[in-house]
Amino acid sequence: MNIEPWLESNTFHHSVFWDLRRLVEEKEKRNLKISVCIPTLNEEKTVGKEIVILRSELMTRYPLIDELAVVDSGSKDKTLEVASGFGADTYYSGDILPEEGFKRGKGENLWKAIHQLEGDIIVYVDADITNIHPRFVYGLVAPLIYQEETRYVKAFYDRPLAFSHGIRPSGGGRVTEILTRPLFSLFFPELTALMQPLSGEYAVRREVLEEIAFPIGYGVEISHLIDVYTRWGLKAFAQTDLDKRVHRNQATRDLGKMAFGILQAFLNRCEQLDMLEVKAEVSQILRQFQVNDERIEQREFSIVEEERPPMKTIQAYREKFGL
Amino acid sequence: MNDGARVDIASSPLAGLVEGVRSCKDILLANLVMMAETPAPTFGEQKRVRFLLDRFRESGLDRIGDDEMNNGVGFLPGPEGAPTVAVVAHLDTVFSETDPHALSLGPDRVRGIGIADNSLGAAVLASLPHLLQSLGIEPRANLLLLGVSRSLGRGNLGGIRFLLENSEQKIDRAVCLEGAPLGRLNFTALAMMRGEIRVEVPDEYDYSRFGVTGAIVHINDIINRILEIPRPSRPKTSVVFGSVQGGNSFHELAKKAWLRFEVRSEADEVADMIESRIGDIIEEVRARSGVHIEMDKIAFRRHGGIGFDHPLVRTCRRVMEELDITPKIGPSMSELAALIGHDIPAVTLGLSRGHLVNTAEEEVEIEPIYRGAAQVLGVLSDPEIGGGAV
Repeated sequence: MNIEPWLESNTFHHSVFWDLRRLVEEKEKRNLKISVCIPTLNEEKTVGKEIVILRSELMTRYPLIDELAVVDSGSKDKTLEVASGFGADTYYSGDILPEEGFKRGKGENLWKAIHQLEGDIIVYVDADITNIHPRFVYGLVAPLIYQEETRYVKAFYDRPLAFSHGIRPSGGGRVTEILTRPLFSLFFPELTALMQPLSGEYAVRREVLEEIAFPIGYGVEISHLIDVYTRWGLKAFAQTDLDKRVHRNQATRDLGKMAFGILQAFLNRCEQLDMLEVKAEVSQILRQFQVNDERIEQREFSIVEEERPPMKTIQAYREKFGL
Repeated sequence: MNDGARVDIASSPLAGLVEGVRSCKDILLANLVMMAETPAPTFGEQKRVRFLLDRFRESGLDRIGDDEMNNGVGFLPGPEGAPTVAVVAHLDTVFSETDPHALSLGPDRVRGIGIADNSLGAAVLASLPHLLQSLGIEPRANLLLLGVSRSLGRGNLGGIRFLLENSEQKIDRAVCLEGAPLGRLNFTALAMMRGEIRVEVPDEYDYSRFGVTGAIVHINDIINRILEIPRPSRPKTSVVFGSVQGGNSFHELAKKAWLRFEVRSEADEVADMIESRIGDIIEEVRARSGVHIEMDKIAFRRHGGIGFDHPLVRTCRRVMEELDITPKIGPSMSELAALIGHDIPAVTLGLSRGHLVNTAEEEVEIEPIYRGAAQVLGVLSDPEIGGGAV
């Protein structure tokens, strides 16, 4: 088990990367191009602030980012208008690789971004961060710039619960602690060392992104972790503490849907890896219940974890990037 | 410093500056977001000072530092022998550390607590070095950039007063920045006194002797008597009752109540007279009622100012006219009062249109900010500001 030495060498606090001038010098020395992708769906309230902060601090002041893009799933609000007004490149996911069709889901936007964006490193940042700060990008990019063997950097955050005597619980969210970490403990114990495996902020080298499949729904993060781990091992990962992240709190009912999608993706991966055989026919309907006028009502949600193949297998991508 | 083409303000239309500022909008708005999301209650401005000084450092200013009152200072030298102009913005807001400081940035407006008063002023101050460098503007004076603390409420302009009393840096004139409204042009300060009157009914109060009255009735009595004090129409004088509070329930007499008020006048002696009369009223109500009554003098200002035809005001009016900004002239009680009290010619300029200022829904419009900031650059680079006669 490599957890202890890995935690020692590959877990960072964003503050160690405060010297942006040095970081930009290193990036230029290594001739790296960095793209930021913000996947959106109806995020007009928060996306403008993210773009202004990232552009100002990491493009104008310190040229760390070469490309700042919003990839949208078809917002009904002014997300794209706000984003382009503040200087981001904006794309409708359905317009990218149109011959591949369009599927609605965050994973779809992340996958399409690999084709659309030019960077050697792509940083994914969710659009709902209300306390956006440049550290959300440079904290994730820095380990990739400074350590060649690092391929995938994941964010984690403070989740201040009651604590004392200097021991701070570095826990994940509810789905992580109740579902993901127990599953990892059973099947991939080393991956338990990732503090928040489901966080929506991560930076990845293109050479990794183009090799892995993308579930388009809730399962994208857990699938990535398993795929990268089984191919390159724990040493390919790093994680950075980005302090506090303020965002919308999700209702428990919504977390149930997320957990259902994650579990499907996890079981799929385990089957592909011959670690598990699910003999029964598995339903893709999540059933939840609510009480209405003292009657218990059943609600059904169809959650199908579709998957996009590795981008490297797409002809248009191979042509664009000369593979 | 930027090596790009210099903008010669004397021969270029100032309107070009608006586009110049707009081209720096990501810097300006990012500073606004980061400034506004950094809590800065009066007496708790340290984090904002740190942010401001970081910005000054990144821009390569000289003599960067803070003082024991948490004022943040940076210096940008002008031509040799030029006068020194202080550009001043207060950093504190009326909101507490724990109020939600996350703001939202829409296509046309920025919303968040303290955004107009005075995060925008502080953000333009933080952005000034970058704007000057990017637009290739060389100011005609030395610029002393001051982010001052302890301005509001009980702060009583403590930051700027301390600086003026203790700094060895000579200041020849000053431009104060306030977030709103665009067009604001203050060059006089009213005499002002802010007070808080607290009434407390003691536990051993003898209701049989004084009648069944609680603290609220006494506050009401005091208010009525203050309203009876004659106020001249010239010089203009007013008494503002800002807030009143007392008691806890429907059915119990209030044990405590307080009143916050402000006396304003164009004459020091009238403000002093009203303050003295309020003192008499308190004495009398206290003696008649037997309750505890105290008055705290929270803040005060002396009347003063410079004339409409003062060269600094003239420069501001000319720049505003060229930028199609209609001046809204009136007295101020901000940093301007302390500067004028030290015989430093000073003006206050507004930067944008604000809405619901000092509420949870406080907003500023984005588009006018470009003209507001261009106006500041226009004033600082005007040939007259570097002249000894100002």
